[in-house]
Amino acid sequence: MRFFRLVAAVAGKDLKVELRSREILYTMGLFAAVIVVVFSFAFVKDQTALVEAVPGVAWAAVVFAGTIGLGRAFDREREGDTMRALLLAPAPRLAVFAGKTVAVTVLVVAVEAVVLPLCLLFFNLDLGTAIFDLALVLVLGAIGFATVGTVFAAMLLRTQSRDVLLPVVLYPILVPMIMAGTKATAAILAADGGDAWFWIKFLAAYDAAFAVAALWTFEALVIE
Amino acid sequence: MLTSIVVEKVGKRFGEHRALAGVEVEFTAGSVCALLGPNGAGKTTLLGILSTLVRATAGTVGYLDGTARRPIDDRLRADIGLLAHTSLCYGELTAVENLEFFATLYGLADGPARGRALLAEVGLEAPAWTRPVRTYSRGMVQRLALARALLARPSLLLLDEPFTGLDRGGAMALGARLGQAKADGAIVVCVTHDLEAIAGVTDHVVVLRRGKLACDQRQAAGYSYAELRDHYHRHAD
Amino acid sequence: MKRILVPGLAALAAAGLAVTLYLIFYWAPLERTLNFNQKIFYWHVPNWFMLFSMVFLCGGASIGYLVKRDARWDDVAHAAGQLAVLFGAIGLITGSIWGKAAWGHWWKWELRLTTSLILWLTMLGYALVRRFAGAGSERLAAGLAVFGVVNVPLVYFAVKLADSLGQASAHPKTQVVAKLTAEMKTTFQLSVVTFMLLGAALLLVRVGAIRDERRLRELRERGLDAGILDS
Repeated sequence: MRFFRLVAAVAGKDLKVELRSREILYTMGLFAAVIVVVFSFAFVKDQTALVEAVPGVAWAAVVFAGTIGLGRAFDREREGDTMRALLLAPAPRLAVFAGKTVAVTVLVVAVEAVVLPLCLLFFNLDLGTAIFDLALVLVLGAIGFATVGTVFAAMLLRTQSRDVLLPVVLYPILVPMIMAGTKATAAILAADGGDAWFWIKFLAAYDAAFAVAALWTFEALVIE
Repeated sequence: MLTSIVVEKVGKRFGEHRALAGVEVEFTAGSVCALLGPNGAGKTTLLGILSTLVRATAGTVGYLDGTARRPIDDRLRADIGLLAHTSLCYGELTAVENLEFFATLYGLADGPARGRALLAEVGLEAPAWTRPVRTYSRGMVQRLALARALLARPSLLLLDEPFTGLDRGGAMALGARLGQAKADGAIVVCVTHDLEAIAGVTDHVVVLRRGKLACDQRQAAGYSYAELRDHYHRHAD
Repeated sequence: MKRILVPGLAALAAAGLAVTLYLIFYWAPLERTLNFNQKIFYWHVPNWFMLFSMVFLCGGASIGYLVKRDARWDDVAHAAGQLAVLFGAIGLITGSIWGKAAWGHWWKWELRLTTSLILWLTMLGYALVRRFAGAGSERLAAGLAVFGVVNVPLVYFAVKLADSLGQASAHPKTQVVAKLTAEMKTTFQLSVVTFMLLGAALLLVRVGAIRDERRLRELRERGLDAGILDS
């Protein structure tokens, strides 16, 4: 019970800080929007953008912008040296990092809320109710990204050149998630409900597998 | 409750750079230790090791309750209050929000009330309580950092240059506050260059020089400003 | 024993390389559909075997290190990680050459190629972490190796399922390995043994060098801690 209260306190603190400055949301959102615009521009043929490019563009935007948000969410703890304050507090470190995972998930979902309408706009898509399926896919992707990303960001906390190492070590591990995400998106765009549902289940399994792996290895990896 | 801390042959190395070597010293409850030394002597590193945040590369630190050695766990960390070079607070949050957040982390039942009482006690003026910390002056940040360090009623209080940014009145009031912590039976270790502010309350002087112990003396009646200055110049220069 | 082990393994591997080269070009018959191009298969496949052996050795030794906290496990993981990058690079290059001959493309997003590439990229990340993350990154590297190994089946199944839902895959195996003649089989088996000997020799040398570096560093650190040495 106390564990969940601590998770909520850390996540709530992160989100409150973000709502005050809105720095991460604005920069991440604009970055994601620029990626979508540049890529849809790159895939134009006869003045319309190719629909086949949508899954790749959307997920590239989410992952790249998400990495920026992830990095900033941890950089922020270095500004007042508050990471030390968190580590010094008698709260389970797992709760602290679970709280950060929740906050990063919310940030990534917020970015997806920018990416999705832009994709619909630039690629002239009309999804109808399938948009809810796509939203589910994006949220599952955000959870997986935040879970794996937080573990790696936490492991890299005290190392040199962490800014460049984070994407280098993170992206290969994210490959199954990105693949499932793009396949699910493509299936939804092609109105292939069976395939879409299959990849949604795969995404959920990926989230569960790495949530367990993260919980299991966290103590050994992060705690000094 | 902690009664003493025994530092045994502690060394700390950052890669190839040696910050501390063979430091042996004991800190006792109900005493204020002035940890002195020139820049780069290893004072902050020793404070980091005492706070459990920095791991020594040699030697051990024993946290004693009577004769029992306490394990380094969350219960021990709950007894440690740290005032560091940096504020350890969030710039976007207000003073009250910062203290409430840390009160939750420390599991304090009387969190909000305790936070407000402390803010009043350290002399942070009430209109500033609900302003974001990034708008504060250096002295106001220092007062908030002190309130944060005192929040969980620590029995080990570690302070790194606590007088920085405070005006003379504030520095003297902080000195008196350390005297009160001493009277309450806390172990207080204070790194400082402001010998005037800490004179009177300090009864234990430790001087570090180039990572090694240069002086470790106690005087139950406390040290005057002149005596502290004398010790500093004799051992640190 | 230790003194002759590495030179012995190296000599055997060298002899094996010479013998397999002879067998590949003068003894094993030409394969019917791919002709001369198929010859690269004898060295290509053993390199992939070695990549996967080194990755699983790296992952296993990393788990050992995380559980036992004994730096000797970490030495093995470190050396295996470096060799995984080496064998993976050879496997990718020979594979591309073969792919060009067999499919007419240097690269195809096919099941085994994709899985191996992702794995190789993970190991490159591992090597970069070991090189650039600075002191105290041993556990981060070990964690990365464990996550990388866990990731292998996930990548494999993701690609496999994507293929089965889309078009079928076409790795040269279906055309070549099933139709191996006795001479081809013998040559291939000898190549596998040769590369295993080579891998073992390289591994022993690297583990030894990494262990010596670590011991030297530890001795120096002990001197610094004791205040005998000055930095």
